[in-house]
Amino acid sequence: MVPITTFHYLVVAAALFVLGVIGVLTRRNVVIVLMSIELILNAVNLNLVAFSRMWGNLHGQLFAIFVTVDAAAEAAVGLGILIAFFRNKETINVDEIDLLKW
Amino acid sequence: MNPGLNSTVNAGMAPVATPFFFYLLAGLAVGSGLLVITRRNAVHSALALIVTLLAVAGLYLMLYAPFVAGVQIIVYAGGIMVLFLFVIMLVNIERSSKDRRFNRMWPVGLGAASALLALFVSAFVKGKALFPDRLMSLPESSNTQQIAIMLYGEAGKMGPYTFAFEVASLLLLVAILGAVIMTKKKI
Repeated sequence: MVPITTFHYLVVAAALFVLGVIGVLTRRNVVIVLMSIELILNAVNLNLVAFSRMWGNLHGQLFAIFVTVDAAAEAAVGLGILIAFFRNKETINVDEIDLLKW
Repeated sequence: MNPGLNSTVNAGMAPVATPFFFYLLAGLAVGSGLLVITRRNAVHSALALIVTLLAVAGLYLMLYAPFVAGVQIIVYAGGIMVLFLFVIMLVNIERSSKDRRFNRMWPVGLGAASALLALFVSAFVKGKALFPDRLMSLPESSNTQQIAIMLYGEAGKMGPYTFAFEVASLLLLVAILGAVIMTKKKI
């Protein structure tokens, strides 16, 4: 069988990234849009760890840990905004969130 | 046929059945990622996302990154997904299970995403030679220790990422404050 190289991991990460982008651009439910953003960040992490193995040092893994920290902060703030919005407007659909639309 | 996974750098022995586990985990990750963006019920999406995160953690293990895999399981599958499930419980409305899943502009979004996919495909087909085929194997048993040295420094000196580590703690503090302030009814 073909040995698994860095390239294989990059292809998997690209597939996850495209799935996340499709989710962000097409879904209506804001919770699922946030989950798709988590998919995108995971694809980036997979790339970073694969490159870390390719170069044989740990900088990529460190970057992946910092991306995880960012993902946690983003999820907390995003879901907080979502709850505050739901309390006012009783909806979580992105196409009904148009208060700033002129 | 049982070579130690935590052998040192130039050990020529490959782990057993690597292609099989790679394709299993990759298929699991991409398949449940597809479920995340297509399920109608948000709870089903969250459960599929947990499967994706665990499969990606398995891929990290295959890439000699056990600490990142542990962080992935504890922080993502244990922390962030619990947060997601709580918010789904708080904002779940009966109406959302019956109306449309996709917004009206979904063909445009799908077109933009497939343009991105075409970009990836062309970049990977043309640039495949840029990624070397070598397979470094990092020392696995001292992985956590080396990450700690890079984060905290060694022998009284700051490591290369000590400052970034402190900034990350500040970021988390600001995120906690923001989440609490936005979620409270009256401050």
